[in-house]
Amino acid sequence: MDPTTQPVIEVRDLDLGYNDYIVMRGLSFSVNKGDIFMVMGVNGCGKSTLLKSLIGLRAPAKGKVLYNGKSFWDEDETGQQNIMRRFGVLYQGGALWSSLTVGENVALPLQLYTKLSSRQIQEVVALKLSLVGLEGYEDSFPSGISGGMRKRASLARAIALDPDIIFFDEPSAGLDPINARKLDDLILELRDGLGATVVVITHELASIFAIGNNSVFLDAESKTMIATGPPNVLLANSNEQRVIQFLTRGADLPVNNGHIG
Amino acid sequence: MLSGKLFFDYSIPKTLLIKLSGDWRISAGLLSVDEVTSQLIIHPDTAQINLSVSQDLKWDSGLLSFLFKLIRESGRKNIPVACGGLPQEAQRLLALALKAHGANTLSVAASKRDGGGVPDPLNPARKPREPFLERSGGKALQISESLAAGLNFLGDIAVSFLRLITGKSYFRPEDFMLIVQRCGVDTLLLVSLISLLVGMILAFVGSIQLKMFGAQIFISDIVGIAMVRVLSAVMTGIIMSGRIGASFAAELGMMQANEEIDALRTLGISPVEFLVIPRVLALVMMMPVLTIYADLMGVLGGFIISVGMLNLNGIEYLNHTQAAVKLSYVWVGLIHSLVFGVIIAVAGCLRGIECERNAAGVGTATTSAVVTGITGIVIATAVITFICQILGV
Repeated sequence: MDPTTQPVIEVRDLDLGYNDYIVMRGLSFSVNKGDIFMVMGVNGCGKSTLLKSLIGLRAPAKGKVLYNGKSFWDEDETGQQNIMRRFGVLYQGGALWSSLTVGENVALPLQLYTKLSSRQIQEVVALKLSLVGLEGYEDSFPSGISGGMRKRASLARAIALDPDIIFFDEPSAGLDPINARKLDDLILELRDGLGATVVVITHELASIFAIGNNSVFLDAESKTMIATGPPNVLLANSNEQRVIQFLTRGADLPVNNGHIG
Repeated sequence: MLSGKLFFDYSIPKTLLIKLSGDWRISAGLLSVDEVTSQLIIHPDTAQINLSVSQDLKWDSGLLSFLFKLIRESGRKNIPVACGGLPQEAQRLLALALKAHGANTLSVAASKRDGGGVPDPLNPARKPREPFLERSGGKALQISESLAAGLNFLGDIAVSFLRLITGKSYFRPEDFMLIVQRCGVDTLLLVSLISLLVGMILAFVGSIQLKMFGAQIFISDIVGIAMVRVLSAVMTGIIMSGRIGASFAAELGMMQANEEIDALRTLGISPVEFLVIPRVLALVMMMPVLTIYADLMGVLGGFIISVGMLNLNGIEYLNHTQAAVKLSYVWVGLIHSLVFGVIIAVAGCLRGIECERNAAGVGTATTSAVVTGITGIVIATAVITFICQILGV
């Protein structure tokens, strides 16, 4: 990987908000090709709002999001759709289309954006489902499979078109430790296999250290990012108390005070 | 029945010692802090409050909420409260509650300072009631905004429909057929029952007057014309609004809540093309068919009453109906049904897509879809009737 190449995602001076209310301001960071980039922060700090602006669902209050040098929010609708077509998104709850079977969910992006015959599509669907360990579940409906399986099926849909960038919104939420670990491994394998860049919104420390090679920390109190860099480096070198507190699960908080903030 | 007891002791100067005894559990009722505040008024020189408890004290959150209030009240008067005399567990819980209270008070003050009065959508504080004029103005603005949103949505649907005709949009025939089935065959029984009964009711009501003139045969005219021109379409519209409009809103609302609509958008699929167009088309296609069917069921209802109970001749009844109902009336009924189909489907889908991302939001969207649908039906009926009157149809 050539580190001198242009970043895949570049966020410049981004302000996020709802109407007049600013949730986060002054975000600037970049994500390079092949990164597994962690967006970290405590509950309610604006991680999901940032994700929405990254994947084109909510325009930021100010600033730019550049994909390979193209400013997403300055593009026209067709330009935006062309960029979005290169994304795969794994939503927190899976967000599988409930009226379609698992197989149809994975097949839909292929039907829309490729010229494959329905038989070829079935073959690709079978491949994608086996990549996430769900071979044979083509005809199940999302309501008939477990939460972990829904997440994996949704991942199969996210990688249906071999995306350049895969976004994960709290991938380990609601998963047991074993399945969370398996999902981490899967993320690594898909990144290597597809050559994709991965952005993970999370506060799961185990995942952050296991797979993240770069990160940004959003701080709820100052309403901006207060650190960026590889998680291990941040843990070792950061001077920000709240970053250290987050990365050490509040190790410096008084023990047994019983208060959940 | 309050069995918690308070004793006040002033044996140490400027210090109020409160002795708590008895049952201080929630089940025994909560004591007001007023007794203590009135003590503080009687003894304005009190500079310290100490607490002690008796051996027989029974307590749970009831005691804690009393003390929490007491500490906050006396804090306002700058009188410290020493909790050393309380049971250990109570001391810990109080300390926890006061810590969170302190943090919240600070953060509320901080957010007021930072946000300049802008409400935090993630943590909305209860707003004071606005004056009447402001509220009614706000409502009027809301109505105009929702009208604008409705028109926008109609525009989106029109554009998507054009894309569908030109073969540029994505359309799943199997989804469409399923919705057609739900809008058509699945509602047939309900439409049959309601239209048959409405036909019967009309015949009964008509017969009361017409009997007096010996003109019972004109029941066929009343039933035929009323059903075909407007009633079948209105009744079918109301049934469909309650059944189909509501289900559209609930489905799309749940999809919104589950991020399924976001998933469509990020894939570059327009939710209007994928979800709304098949629903609008299916309902607009099925409404006229159901209305014609309801016409027939209504006439049958009138027939049953006239022939079965009023002893009219069946053939004569049918001939009379045929003569009374002109083809133009059928067209008027069909136009009603088409317009209602659009109103119900658009209202249902719009409310679903606008739905807030929680369970209560889905409920509100469903109710609102039905209310909008039925109101729309009544207004549209009035407008069409007025236009028909002018055109002399």
